[in-house]
Order: sequence, then C-alpha cells, then structure tokens
Amino acid sequence: MSEILVLVDHVDGAVRKTTTELLTIARRLGEPSAVFVGAGIDSARETLAAYGADKIYILDSDELTDYLVVPQAEALAQLMASASPAAVLVPSTPEAREVAARLAVKTESGLITDAVDVQPGPDGSPLTTQSVFAGGFTVQASVTRGTPIVIVKPNSATPEQTAGAAVEETVDVVVSEGAKTAQVVKREPRTKSGRPELTEAAIVVSGGRGTGGDFSDVEALADALGAAVGASRAAVDSGWYPHSYQVGQTGKTVSPQLYVANGISGAIQHRAGMQTAKTIVAVNKDAEAPIFELVDFGVVGDLKQVLPQATEEITRRKD
Amino acid sequence: MKIVVCVKHVPDATAKRSFDAADHTVDRAGVDGLLSELDEYAVEEALTIAAAGDGDGEVVVLTVGPEQALDAARKSLQMGAHAAVHVVDDAVHGSDAFGTSLVLAKAVEKIGSDTPVDIVLCGMASTDGAMGVVPAMLAERLGLPQVTFAAEVTIDGTKVTARRDGDVATETVEATMPLVLSVTDQINEPRYPSFKGIMAAKKKTVETWSLADLGVDPSEVGLAAAWTSVQEVAARPPRSHGEVVTDDGDGGRQLVEYLAGQKLI
Ligand SMILES: Cc1cc2nc3c(=O)[nH]c(=O)nc-3n(C[C@H](O)[C@H](O)[C@H](O)COP(=O)(O)OP(=O)(O)OC[C@H]3O[C@@H](n4cnc5c(N)ncnc54)[C@H](O)[C@@H]3O)c2cc1C
Ligand SMILES: Nc1ncnc2c1ncn2[C@@H]1O[C@H](COP(=O)(O)O)[C@@H](O)[C@H]1O
Repeated sequence: MSEILVLVDHVDGAVRKTTTELLTIARRLGEPSAVFVGAGIDSARETLAAYGADKIYILDSDELTDYLVVPQAEALAQLMASASPAAVLVPSTPEAREVAARLAVKTESGLITDAVDVQPGPDGSPLTTQSVFAGGFTVQASVTRGTPIVIVKPNSATPEQTAGAAVEETVDVVVSEGAKTAQVVKREPRTKSGRPELTEAAIVVSGGRGTGGDFSDVEALADALGAAVGASRAAVDSGWYPHSYQVGQTGKTVSPQLYVANGISGAIQHRAGMQTAKTIVAVNKDAEAPIFELVDFGVVGDLKQVLPQATEEITRRKD
Repeated sequence: MKIVVCVKHVPDATAKRSFDAADHTVDRAGVDGLLSELDEYAVEEALTIAAAGDGDGEVVVLTVGPEQALDAARKSLQMGAHAAVHVVDDAVHGSDAFGTSLVLAKAVEKIGSDTPVDIVLCGMASTDGAMGVVPAMLAERLGLPQVTFAAEVTIDGTKVTARRDGDVATETVEATMPLVLSVTDQINEPRYPSFKGIMAAKKKTVETWSLADLGVDPSEVGLAAAWTSVQEVAARPPRSHGEVVTDDGDGGRQLVEYLAGQKLI
C-alpha cells in the first residue's frame, strides 16, 4: 500500500477534528502519514496515533509559519518528491487551500477542492464527491494528472479510531528566499466562545436579521442544545455577531446533524453553507420565507416567543 | 500605479444554474450571467487604491471567458476601471483552475509589457466554481508574493499591509509590490455604476486577445488539458417538504416535541 499524506490542522499542537476525519479517509486509500507543520507535536502525537497515522512527518521551522502559504507549499513539494505519496489530503482552511493550490501547480498535480466524500475509485485513486451550486448538484470527479491533491470539507467522514505506528520523521526543509515574501507580522488568536466550534458542531443554532440584533434567545437555545451559534450575513453585516460565525457562501459551510435557522429568510448564499445538514428546522414569522422550502420542521411565528419556550421545554425535559 | 483586476463572468446564482449534459462543464449560455459579485469588491478596492496618493493610478480589468464575459468587464468599466482586456478563445472552454490561471498569468505579463503591473487584484472566490485557488495559482505562475483573503488593506508606498480573518486567529500580513492581492466581501462596499460612469464606459478601450496573442498553446488549456475529470453530475434531490406549523402559543413546545421524536435531544 502506498502513503497518503494528510496535512494536519492544529492550533499549537491541539489537533482539530477535521484531521481525524482526514486520517480516517486516508485509510481507505492507503497508509496515512500525518504531516505536522509548526510547533506543538508533543500535544498532537497521541491523537494522530490514535486515528491511525502510520508515520508522522514533523516540519518544525518558524519560516514555515512566519510567512504566508508559499514556504509550506515549497516544503510539501519537497516532501512529495521524497515520499512519492499516492494522494495528498488537505483541510479546507483558507491557508491550507492555497498551500494545496500552489503545491498542485509546482508538482503538476490535479487538485480537487471541497470534497464532501472521498472513496477509492476503480483504480484505487481517490474518487471525490463535491456539492456545488449551493448544494444543488453533486459532482463526482477524479484527478487525471500527477498526484491527486484533495481539499476535504469538515464533517466528510465519521472519525474512526485505530492505532497507527506513528513513526516519527523530522523533515529538514529548505525554504527559498523567494518564498519569504508575505510576512505574518501579527497573529491575534480569536476569543473562544466556550461553545462547540461552528464547523465541527453536531447542532448549529443560527440567527439572522429577524433577531433584530438581540442574539440572546438564539444563544440560550444553543446552550440548551449544546450547540454552536451561527449567523446570516445580514446579521454579521449589521455588526450583531462576529464574521467568524457567518454561515454561507462567504462564511463557513456547516454540515451538522441539526441546523436551526431563526429569523433567516434562506437566501441562496445562506443555503450554500447549510443545505447539507441532516435535519433542518426553521423559525420565521413569514410563512412565505424560502427557508421553509428546505425544512424538515418549521414554525411560523415570532422567534422572540418560540425560542424561549423551546429553551424552557428542553430544560424541563432534562430535569 | 498600475493595477490589474481579474474579474469573472458567472451564471446568476439566483437563476437556474446547470451543467452541459455532454461535457459536464458549467452551462454558461443557457442562463443569465453577471460580474461575479465577489469580484465587485476587487474592482472597488482597485479603484480606491488607484484614486489614493496622486490619484493617477490606472486600473485595467481582465476577464477570461466566452463572448458574454465581456459584460463583466463592461460593468467594471462602468464602475470606473480605465481599460479592459477580454481573452476569448474557443480553446479555453472547459479549462480548470490550472488552465485559467495560466491564461491569466500570460495576459497579466502582456498587460505589463509596456509599464509594469504593481498589483494584481482578485476576488476571494468565484461564485460559480467557488474554488478560491486561482489567485494563489496566479501568484505561483507569476512568481509574485501573494496576500490573499484580505479583509482590510493599507498601502504605504510599495508596502502592502493586510488583515486576514482566519479560522483561529486574525493575522496581519505585510508584503511589497508587485504582488497578487485577493480581497473578501468584508473589505468595502462596492459602488454602483453612476449614469456618468455608464456613459464614460462606452468610450473606454476594450482589447480582445486570443490564445495566439498570448503565446499560449491551445493544447495547454481547455477541457482536454484539465488535470481533473468529472465523472458524474447529478441534481441533488430536492429536500422533502417537512411539516410547517403556525405558532399559536405552543410553537416552541411543538419544535421540541419534533426534535425529541427525531431523537435529536
Ligand atoms: C456574493 C454574496 C455572498 C453572500 N454570502 C452570504 C453568506 O455567506 N451567508 C449569508 O447568510 N448570506 C450571504 N449573502 C447574503 C444573502 O444573499 C442574504 O442577503 C442574507 O443571507 C440575508 O440574511 P437574513 O436571512 O438574516 O435576512 P433577511 O433576508 O432580511 O431575512 C430575515 C428574515 O427574518 C424573518 N423575521 C423577521 N422578524 C422575525 C421575528 N421576530 N421572528 C421570526 N422571524 C423573523 C423575516 O420574515 C425574514 O424572512 C451573500 C450575498 C452575496 C451577493
Ligand atoms: N475566467 C476568469 N477571468 C478572470 N478572473 C478570474 C477567472 N476565474 C477566476 N478569476 C479570478 O480568480 C478569483 C478566484 O476564482 P476561483 O479560484 O475560480 O474561485 C476570482 O474572484 C477572480 O478574481
């Protein structure tokens, strides 16, 4: 079996859930090798091994993280040349997306973006499923040139644990001067909300213009359900909720078990980010709102009445 | 200062978008198209940068696409861009991001052959393919620094500082011109073409280039040269309509009853 490189998504060594999904997918295609860029391997090792990494390549150099995208693309190109993997799986973050893009040009390899499923094709190479046009179409594609590089969306697989050998190899990377052109001079970590991460959450409760700017009912319901909070662009543009919580075409794509849209009309650009949720529930006072075309269950009503009652009922049932 | 803005003509997202049944490419003829809304932010930013300082910046819009793609360039001219280049060639049909970025790179080089280009501006992603990779590929091909997904840009001489709102952190990035810059929909409020702008656009130059004009071999682009292949395209079955109730004092409890029935709580 051949190696499948998985670019690890982590924050100072804390491995994000998407990486465990990518490792699970990699096992369908070959032997997973985790590629860990940056500092913090001590915190990551255990998780990577638990989800089946046979190898861990460690690329720990400040040059790789102090400059945008290009040094990482160079380093991965060097690693691809030495490891000759059968495929490379990359998480769908803005930075990794572009690392993959440049890597693809450098290695003359076909690139598939935003796969929602990856399975071995007839010849063993990845056969990907993408959801396009705001979730309106499903496309199956494969790479016809070079080493398949696939950017994979969060929630594309259910992470499965299995022990991997996790043999470590430190890779010495050579970063050219030409790659050090866009310097990251400052990094301010986001303040944590204490709620589950939007793209990883099993339940997302979101609010739109219909909240009138008061997200407290949305947040209370989210907390009763143990959910993440999302927002429409109208709510974000009004300054009611931070941009990092925006769901949709220019925000996050979520694919939870349950999505509860409150005071959101259901514009095509919003749907693009939530249409693949398993179950969709909406509360909207306009019975004609397009969001009701998508719902499994809907309530026509004022969210200011409906949400507090739902929250109260959930709390009552828990006791 | 010379700025090239790459703009794409895309099928209207609110119209019925589909694929060509024969070759699985995006159907661009059977549906109304427009300037990708996300590229309006790039045009706006280019105009703002060009108007700053001495105010003598030049904005050239560049679009690669079929006949009707000219509309995207024209709208950019109406917004205030100074000149436009439209690369149109039957051989480009079906190009993936590799082919598109190659053609864009060659066109940017040609545009810069008289006076060099300082900034190549792009949108964050096209609203049809939504790959968000062309700017990075373009930078790779041109050998230029890339500052991408910028939500805020400050320019000081040839130094460009940008804010990137990442998943886990907000980053401040610095680079020096010439560079490739892509901007998000957080960066500005695109202007509408004014009546004056619409009239003025009629007199602006639009150059039409073929692959031969760019020295690109047709075999390097198009569907046959794509590095990926689409096997199957299927319309997603519409979601089955669920139950919708009207709240008369019990809506919240009914909602919870539904969730409990689905074992979601
Ligand atoms: C290029 C582009 C990208 C975009 N990207 C995104 C994106 O990523 N995400 C996104 O969300 N949008 C995006 N949009 C914007 C999108 O088109 C819509 O404008 C936006 O989603 C509308 O948000 P909304 O549903 O909250 O507001 P509205 O459309 O104004 O809907 C508000 C809803 O709230 C209901 N309501 C009002 N009061 C109450 C109440 N008291 N109780 C219950 N219901 C109430 C109303 O009936 C209405 O249906 C994008 C647009 C473009 C052009
Ligand atoms: N055919 C094209 N013509 C001009 N610019 C393009 C074209 N395709 C992509 N771009 C530019 O690249 C950006 C990202 O596109 P994409 O990678 O396809 O999502 C767009 O916002 C445009 O600025």
